[in-house]
Amino acid sequence: MVDITNDDIGESNRLALWEMMLKLRLVEKKAYDLFLQNLIKGTSHLALGQEAIAGAFGVSLQEGDYTFCTYRGHAHTLARGSSIEGVLGELMGRQCGLMKGKGGSMHLTDVDKGVMGSYAIIGAHLTIANGTALASKYNNTKEVSVCFFGDGTTNIGAFHEALNMAQIWKLPIVFVCENNLYMEYTPIGEVTAVENPAADRASAYNMEKIIVDGNDADEMYRTAQAAIKKARDGDGPSLIEAKTYRHSGHSRADPGKYRPDEEVKDWMENKDPITNYRKRLLEFNIDEEIISEIENKVKEQVEEATEISKASAIPDVKEIFTDVWADGGYKWHN
Amino acid sequence: MAQLTYRESVSLAIAQAMRKDPKVFFIGEDVGAAGGVFKATVGLLDEFGKDRVMDTPISEQAILGAAMGAAMAGLRPIAEIMFSDFLAVCWDIVANQIAKTRYMSDGQINIPLVIRTANGGGSKFGAQHSQSLENWSMMIPGLKVVAPSSPGDVLGLMNSAVNDPDPVIFYEHKSLYASKEELESTELSIPLGQSNILHEGSDITIIGLALMAQRAKKAAIELKEKHNINAKVIDLRTLVPLDLQSIKSAINETGLAMTVEENPRLCGWGAEISSLITEHCFNNLKGPVTRLTTPHVPLPSADILEDNTIPSVDVIVQEVIKKVKGE
Ligand SMILES: Cc1ncc(C[n+]2csc(CCOP(=O)(O)OP(=O)(O)O)c2C)c(N)n1
Ligand SMILES: [Mg+2]
Repeated sequence: MVDITNDDIGESNRLALWEMMLKLRLVEKKAYDLFLQNLIKGTSHLALGQEAIAGAFGVSLQEGDYTFCTYRGHAHTLARGSSIEGVLGELMGRQCGLMKGKGGSMHLTDVDKGVMGSYAIIGAHLTIANGTALASKYNNTKEVSVCFFGDGTTNIGAFHEALNMAQIWKLPIVFVCENNLYMEYTPIGEVTAVENPAADRASAYNMEKIIVDGNDADEMYRTAQAAIKKARDGDGPSLIEAKTYRHSGHSRADPGKYRPDEEVKDWMENKDPITNYRKRLLEFNIDEEIISEIENKVKEQVEEATEISKASAIPDVKEIFTDVWADGGYKWHN
Repeated sequence: MAQLTYRESVSLAIAQAMRKDPKVFFIGEDVGAAGGVFKATVGLLDEFGKDRVMDTPISEQAILGAAMGAAMAGLRPIAEIMFSDFLAVCWDIVANQIAKTRYMSDGQINIPLVIRTANGGGSKFGAQHSQSLENWSMMIPGLKVVAPSSPGDVLGLMNSAVNDPDPVIFYEHKSLYASKEELESTELSIPLGQSNILHEGSDITIIGLALMAQRAKKAAIELKEKHNINAKVIDLRTLVPLDLQSIKSAINETGLAMTVEENPRLCGWGAEISSLITEHCFNNLKGPVTRLTTPHVPLPSADILEDNTIPSVDVIVQEVIKKVKGE
């Protein structure tokens, strides 16, 4: 039972979290439908079930803050306020896509919103996120950099290099490990020397051990707020391990059969962040009508954006030759 | 007038860039307090302090990742990778991240950074501290590739590299660090993509880079003095962008071409040059393009072995004589 007298979060923040998580959920469900209709090609990695993590950071970050995510990054991109048609359009390879089809599902980028890219080689973006954090420190500006990654990422060298560097330079950065219990197909426990793949490594980098229920939006919100504040105040980096679960397989190609049915069922039915948050809102005496109104609004937004994406032109073939270089072109000789 | 070594030019070029632009900072292993393992960055820490000259842990991915992220946020990092061979441990950051992010983001992200690194053989350091790796980066769209052959070129090309809006890999040749040059001025700027003729001649064009360009020049002097052969020597200076027009006009004039490369044979940069020459100058060619490279072996360490692996002035002279005499 939650303690409803402890309302440190407040109705408006809770409703913002609600709306945010719904948006992430409904857009990704739509993305799934669009594959089935063969309107989305290539691969895609859904974060269905993990929405509370990106969502909590989305409502907590400020304009100008930097975020870095993985190929499983549709939600993290939307959470910064990128347009739904920008995301769906990119997945569909349309002109209205965030990168006009040049990046695709695994590389969503929207610099105006602080979305500094989605990275598909495990670990790289932890080191790169240190760079934007270093720039904020260098310029003495107060942006915070946040870097999302999976449990599997804690076993690659770049993770360790990045944490050490962030700590020795006291960078304004938050590392967020979304521990969904599996790397690609292998349970993370089978290939990791410690029980908590991120948190148990924190002490090696003189960081606090932070483990949070990543499916509890309120807990995620509190944890995000504290880590962001710490970074913004100049008190250095944090490493958060958020326990969560992905509802679908690793990627479009994966039915996820390696996971026990009971386990999947438990997470889907008892630990879904969105179902549970609806109950939470009601416990806090938030009007059900307001809750449903938000649901309807988000549904409409997603439908509208889907139509815009479908109607959007495919990119001009000339796009192949643009933007290798800062002069806009691709020439390598005179 | 100033006499500078190649090594002194490196630190001067970095200092000049940092004096002009507060966004420029310098990061790498042992670069500050120690002044670099080749002493090419001595004095920078004293002048600019720890906030702008940062000694790092042995974390090549973290070094280049931080440089990349800082560049994305508007700074202009110069990052050092101690030996170019070590690029292999951070090649993801170079080849996948730094090179491709501008394109994948549809031009939303700029990455104006310079990676400088000690490259090449001659020091008998063996196969993992001596490679010439310009071709690794040349084959990846999105990277500019610079390899200066003289102190003046270090100054001029570093100036352009730091001011370039795109990522540049700046290969400094270890065996040239001690080389000296009298310079009229130390305020130099050489555009990327502009080659340099080191020796004039009309019998054959020798195309080289860094140490091999200098050896080709020495060979050309000897060929003229002792063998009455006039070789034109082009120092490419940069592989990307490539000064194709100068290569074309040289080959159209001389009709014969030879590349001199310090890398192993397969897929060395000369293969691309040779293919371009065939494509663009076929009707003016008097014979096939010759490529001098190391044999396709890792670089050995002992004096006699390394010296016989990397093209020497003597070998260049002999090969040019054969070529010009049609043997
Ligand atoms: C360097 C590297 N190795 C392997 C892969 C292939 N791969 C893609 S996703 C993935 C699993 C990553 O697991 P985790 O970090 O837990 O993230 P999750 O997919 O669970 O969100 C793997 C192995 C890769 N993209 N990059
Ligand atoms: Mg995982």
